Amino acid sequence: MIDVQPVFLWTDLLLFGLITCIALAAWSARRSEPMRAAWRRVGESAVGMTSLTILLLFLVVGLVDSLHYRPYLPPAKDDKVVAGRGPLSTEVRSALDALAEPLRTRTEKTYSAPLAYVLFAKQTIEKADGTQQREFPRLKFGGSGLQYPEEDHTGDVLGRIGLGLALAAGAWGVLAGALVQGVAMSRQVPFGAAWRAVWRGKGGLAWRAVLVTLGLVFLFAGPVAVLAGEYHVFGTDKVGQDVLFLTLKSIRTALVIGTLTTLVTLPLAVALGIMAGYLGGWVDDLIQYVYTVLNSIPGVLLIAAAVLMMQVVIDTHPHWFETAAERSDARLLALCLILGMTSWTGLCRLLRGETLKLRELEYVQAARAFGVSTARILSRHVLPNLMHLVLIALVMDFSGLVLAEAVLSYVGIGVDPNTVSFGTMINAARMELAREPMVWWSLMSAFIFMFVLVLAANLFADVVRDAFDPRAS
Amino acid sequence: MFAYIVRRLLYAPLILLGVNLLTFALFFVVNTPEDMARMQLGAKRVTPEAIERWKVERGYDKPLLFNAAAPGASSLTDTIFFEKSLRMFAFDFGRADDGRDIATEIRTRMGPSLAIALPTFALGLIVTVSFALLLVFFRGTYLDFQGVVLCVAMMSISSLFYIIGGQWLVSKIWHLVPISGYGGGLDASRFLVLPVVIGVIAGIGGSARWYRTIFLEEAGKDYVRTARAKGLSELQALFRHVLKNGMIPILTGVVVVIPSLFMGSLITESFFGIPGLGSYTIDAINAQDFPVVRAMVFIGSLLYILGLILTDLSYTLVDPRVKLE
Repeated sequence: MIDVQPVFLWTDLLLFGLITCIALAAWSARRSEPMRAAWRRVGESAVGMTSLTILLLFLVVGLVDSLHYRPYLPPAKDDKVVAGRGPLSTEVRSALDALAEPLRTRTEKTYSAPLAYVLFAKQTIEKADGTQQREFPRLKFGGSGLQYPEEDHTGDVLGRIGLGLALAAGAWGVLAGALVQGVAMSRQVPFGAAWRAVWRGKGGLAWRAVLVTLGLVFLFAGPVAVLAGEYHVFGTDKVGQDVLFLTLKSIRTALVIGTLTTLVTLPLAVALGIMAGYLGGWVDDLIQYVYTVLNSIPGVLLIAAAVLMMQVVIDTHPHWFETAAERSDARLLALCLILGMTSWTGLCRLLRGETLKLRELEYVQAARAFGVSTARILSRHVLPNLMHLVLIALVMDFSGLVLAEAVLSYVGIGVDPNTVSFGTMINAARMELAREPMVWWSLMSAFIFMFVLVLAANLFADVVRDAFDPRAS
Repeated sequence: MFAYIVRRLLYAPLILLGVNLLTFALFFVVNTPEDMARMQLGAKRVTPEAIERWKVERGYDKPLLFNAAAPGASSLTDTIFFEKSLRMFAFDFGRADDGRDIATEIRTRMGPSLAIALPTFALGLIVTVSFALLLVFFRGTYLDFQGVVLCVAMMSISSLFYIIGGQWLVSKIWHLVPISGYGGGLDASRFLVLPVVIGVIAGIGGSARWYRTIFLEEAGKDYVRTARAKGLSELQALFRHVLKNGMIPILTGVVVVIPSLFMGSLITESFFGIPGLGSYTIDAINAQDFPVVRAMVFIGSLLYILGLILTDLSYTLVDPRVKLE
C-alpha cells in the first residue's frame, strides 16, 4: 500500500470539474435532435474521429498528470514518528510522475543525444592507471545495461523496437477486437459482419479512422515505451532531464491553458453579449464601451501588465502557498484567468450581433407578446439558439491558446519558469540549434508534440464548425 | 460623414480614458507603490527610508487620485493618476526606470520597427491574397484540397518555430544573411530580408484559408456567373469581379492593424535583435519597467482606435453603398 497524501491543486479541481460539466452537457444534449444530428455528422467524418482520438489521448495524459499527491519521506532515525512514517515531502508529484518514475529520476549530467549511451560532449576522464584522457563518458543510466556498447548498441535498440512493435500490435489487436465487439453488440450483428462493416467504413461512426489512428499511435508509442526502459528516447536536456518526460509533462500545461481559459471567457461573453444584444440602450452602450477599451489595448501588453502585477501579488504573499507546486499552479491559473479576461471580447461581439437578429424574429416577439419574462425568453429562446456559436468558438480558441502559451512563456509572461510547458521548453532550447555541434532533440520533440496537438485541435474545430454552423454547406 | 468622423474622434479620448483607468488600476491599485518598491529594491535593501527614496525619485510619493493637502485645483493634479496617466494625453510619457526619456526612445525606435513591419504587412497581403485566389481558381480539385491541408498544417506551427527554423536554415546552414543584428541605411536590408520572409511565411496559413472562404463565397454569386456567361475567362472573372468584391471583408480585418505596425513585432524583433519598439517593449517587460509598459499600452490603444476609424473610412471608399451616419 503506497502511503501518500493526495493534493488537489486548483487547476486539477477545475480541470476535472470542467470535464464533468462537459460530460453532463453532452448527456443532456442527447435529448436535442439537432445537437444529436450535428454530433453524428462529426462522428461520421473520418477527419473528425481521427482528430478526436488524438485529442482524447492527449487528454488522458493530461488527466493522469493532474492527479497530484505528496509522498511521505522515509522516517529519520531519531525522529519520533507516528505510524512509522516521516514528514510530508514538500515535493508535489502526479500520477504521471509515478508511472514514469524511471524517466523522472534517471537524470544525466548534461546533454545526451536520443538513444545514446555516452554524453554529448567530451570530458576529461581519469583512468585507473592515473593518466587523463578526453573521451565521451558513459551515461549513468542511458544504455547502462550494455557491457560492450560499441558492438551491442544497435542490436539492443533494434531488438527493443521489435519488441515494442510486437507489443503494440498485440495491444492494438485486443483494442480493435473490443471495439468491433462493441459495434457488433450495439448493431446486433455477428462479429465478422461488424468487422467487415467497420473496415469498409460503412454506416455509423467512422470507427475505421479511429482504429487506423490508434494503430499509428501504437506503432510509435510501443517502441518508445520499451526503449524508454533503457535509453533516453528523445535525449536529455542541458541539466540532464529526460526530454520525453518533459514533453509529456508539457501536455497538461497546454491542456489547462486551452480549456480553463474558457471558464472566464464563456460566462463573460455569453452574459454580456446576450444582455447587450437583447436589452439594448445604455446597457448595450456600456458593454460595448468595456469591450472596445479591452480590445484597444494590444493583447500581449495587457497580458504582460496583468501578469507582472499578479507576479508582485504572488511574490509579496509567499505564505499563501505551502509548496512550490502550489505557487506555480496559482500562476498558471492566474494566467488562464488573464487570458480569459482579454479574449472574451470577440465572442461577446459575435453573440451580441446574433442576439440582435434573434430579438426581431417572430417567435421571440410572440413570446414577448404573451408576457413571458425577459429572463425566461433569454434562457429558453435566445441562449439555445446561440449554443452552436459558443461551441464553435470554444473549439476554435483552443489551438490559439496553446500557441499563445508558447509565445507568452518566451516573452517571460507565461507560466512559472518551474512549470514544464512547451513554451518553457522552447525558450530553454532556442539557442541550442546555434551550438556546435547542434542540439536538436529538445526543439524537435516539443515541435512534434505541439504540432500534433494543435493540428488535431484545428482539424477538429473545422469539423465541428462544418457540422454545427447552419450556414456551412 | 464629417459628423460621423467628428463623433468617432470625440469617442476616442473616452476610450483612451478607460484604457488609462484600467492600467492605472492594474499598476497602482492592485499593487501599491510600496509593493513595487519592495520588489524592485530586492529583499535585502528594503528599509522604510529606501522605499521612500525610491518613491520620491520616481514621483510615486503622492496620493493616488485626490491630494487633500494640496491647495485648489492642484488637489486633483498633484496626484499619481494625473502625473502618470493623464499626462500621457499630451504625449508626455516621463522617464523609464533607467532614466531615459521614453518619448525620445520611441521616436528613434519607430524606424526599425516600421522597416520590418511595413514590408511584412504589404508582402504578406499580396502573397496570401494571390495564394487564396490560386486556390479558388483550382477550387474543387485535388490541388485546392492539398492547399487547404497545407494551410491548416502551417497555421498549426508555432511562430517561434518558424523563426528558430528559419534562422537555423538560412543563416547557419546556408550562410545567406546574418542571424541577427541591425545596421543603418541601406546596410539594414541585409538584416531585414530574413525576418520579413519569415513573417510572410508564418502568416500565410491562417489568412490564406480565411481569404479563400471569402473568395469562394463571392465566386459562387450570380453576378460572377453572369460575367462567365458573357464570355469572360475564369481569370478575368476572378481578378475583375471576385477580387474586387472580396476585398471588402478583407479590408475590415486588415486596415485596423495598419497604424499598429508602428508598434513592431515583439517576437520577431527580439529574436533578430532589431532595435525597434517591439524589442523595447519586451526589454521593458523583462526588466519590469512599468513606465515604459504603460506608455506602450497607451500608444497601442491610440493606434488601434485610429485603425478603427480608418476601417470605417475605407469602407466608404471601396463600397459606395456604405454611408456613414
